[in-house]
Amino acid sequence: DDKLLTEPLKHPDFFSVKELFTLKDLFDARVHLGHKKGCRHRFMEPYIFGCRLEQDIIDLDQTMQHLQLALNFTAHVAYRGGIILFVSRKRQFCHLVESTARACGEYAHTRFWQGGLFTNAHVQFGPGVRLPDLLIFLSTLNNVFEPHVAIRDAAKMNIPTIGVVDTNCNPCLITYPIPGNDDSPAAVELYCKLFRMTIIRAKDRRRQSEAMEELR
Amino acid sequence: TLRLICTTTAVQRKNAGASGPEKYTEAFIKKQIEEFNLGKRHLANMMGEDPETFTQEDIDRAIAYLFPSGLFDKQARPLMKHPTEVFPEQRKIQWGEDGRPFHFLFYTGKQSYYSLMHETYEKLLNVQKHQDELIAQDLPLQKEKRNLAGSRWLTKIELEEMLVEKMSDDDYSRFIRLLEKLVALPCADLEEKYIQKFSKEVPAQLQKVLIEPLQYDERGVAFSTGEGRRKTASATAVVYDNGTGKITVNGIDILHYFPVLQDREQLLFPFQFLGRIGKHDMVCTVSGGGRSAQAGAIRLASAKALRSFVTEKEVEFMRQAGLLTVDPRVKERKKPGQEGPRRKFTWKKR
Repeated sequence: DDKLLTEPLKHPDFFSVKELFTLKDLFDARVHLGHKKGCRHRFMEPYIFGCRLEQDIIDLDQTMQHLQLALNFTAHVAYRGGIILFVSRKRQFCHLVESTARACGEYAHTRFWQGGLFTNAHVQFGPGVRLPDLLIFLSTLNNVFEPHVAIRDAAKMNIPTIGVVDTNCNPCLITYPIPGNDDSPAAVELYCKLFRMTIIRAKDRRRQSEAMEELR
Repeated sequence: TLRLICTTTAVQRKNAGASGPEKYTEAFIKKQIEEFNLGKRHLANMMGEDPETFTQEDIDRAIAYLFPSGLFDKQARPLMKHPTEVFPEQRKIQWGEDGRPFHFLFYTGKQSYYSLMHETYEKLLNVQKHQDELIAQDLPLQKEKRNLAGSRWLTKIELEEMLVEKMSDDDYSRFIRLLEKLVALPCADLEEKYIQKFSKEVPAQLQKVLIEPLQYDERGVAFSTGEGRRKTASATAVVYDNGTGKITVNGIDILHYFPVLQDREQLLFPFQFLGRIGKHDMVCTVSGGGRSAQAGAIRLASAKALRSFVTEKEVEFMRQAGLLTVDPRVKERKKPGQEGPRRKFTWKKR
């Protein structure tokens, strides 16, 4: 059992996450498009490639690196049987995100966030709840264009977060930010597809490893 | 040993969420069901009946016989029912041994409601996709009008029972709006079965008041009967056609029975309204009430009887004149602390 858990940590890319996407895929899905210059957040400036006709363009090389780190992390969490929670407050993609979560066998929360969900979990749900081990934000802002409450709550409860940060978002409290577009349907479908594939791949790998261990 | 001296309020307060599920664990309910079945057999033996064919009605009768109770509240009397009816449906523990919740929307808090919204939205998307396919093939969209008048949506309480979860009024209205949107699409027939789960038949429409046809007695004269009430008086009137305007009450002529002009005016009002004063005879019986109440009761009875002699338009005029409405005013009760129904005791300053 120990060997099962320590073996993946020795390789930098145990689940070969790099093969899942190329720079061309990101470009075709319009991931590099940001908001206008006026909406730019100060902390997103390192991730922005440039500005064309007042529209910010996100640096896809940095996005590639961040995306690879994030997918690798989700794969490891899924391999160890962790609970993953998809969060997004965009009404257009609510159904898509919930379907993705269902397909992976993980959980989703695309509705109104009640105040004490994490911080008051034992009263809200009951004693002995297990909180999520990873939060994935398909959009870090809520409907009033403010940072989602879950980012702060996850930081309070020591839960790592992955988040797609657009040019008007605050990447501060997110452990694995992914600078990229969160408004286009093409981009969000691409992210959902990538996360779904990594999680399913990691779970299959885990089942295979357990089967191999049992055979011995 | 370490003793916890300074505790936080969270530890001191017993969680409300815990006390619920712990009371009715699965094992507890199972034990209750076993005890109930055993008790049922004992009861059947006691009553001398066959334990195999002892139904719930027999149980109720036996309990009412063995434990007679004079309590007014039915729910306070001794009760022996199957545990599934006694203990309300409770939410069992929502997660498995490894801690992973069963439902994919568990972390939202309202999992059943949101999964319902998710499913309904999926049906909506399906219907829209189907519509788009039909448009792409240039086929006409089906437009069969659903019977909107005969059905209603489930109420909030019924929906709460269905989902075993509380919801707020906003949530309920949102769900109904989504259903309405789904129904409004032309190709909604695709998801007919799903929609029927949330709609109920509305029972029969308003009963139309039947006007009885004229009856004919031995002499060939047309007549009809009517009944009326006012305060505590009740009257029956038989109105005959081809008459001279003679009116008899309890076998006595109205001039002797009602000496006061006002009462006689009340009796004649329906005939005067229809312009048939000298044309009808009336024989009535009346009991209860006082002078004015009996007059009002006979007036209502005669108006109801006259409906059979008259066209529908004139019936509508009578109704608008207030001849056919039952007067609901009765004597108001005296309240304690007051001298009468409204009059308070004299207020003395000192």
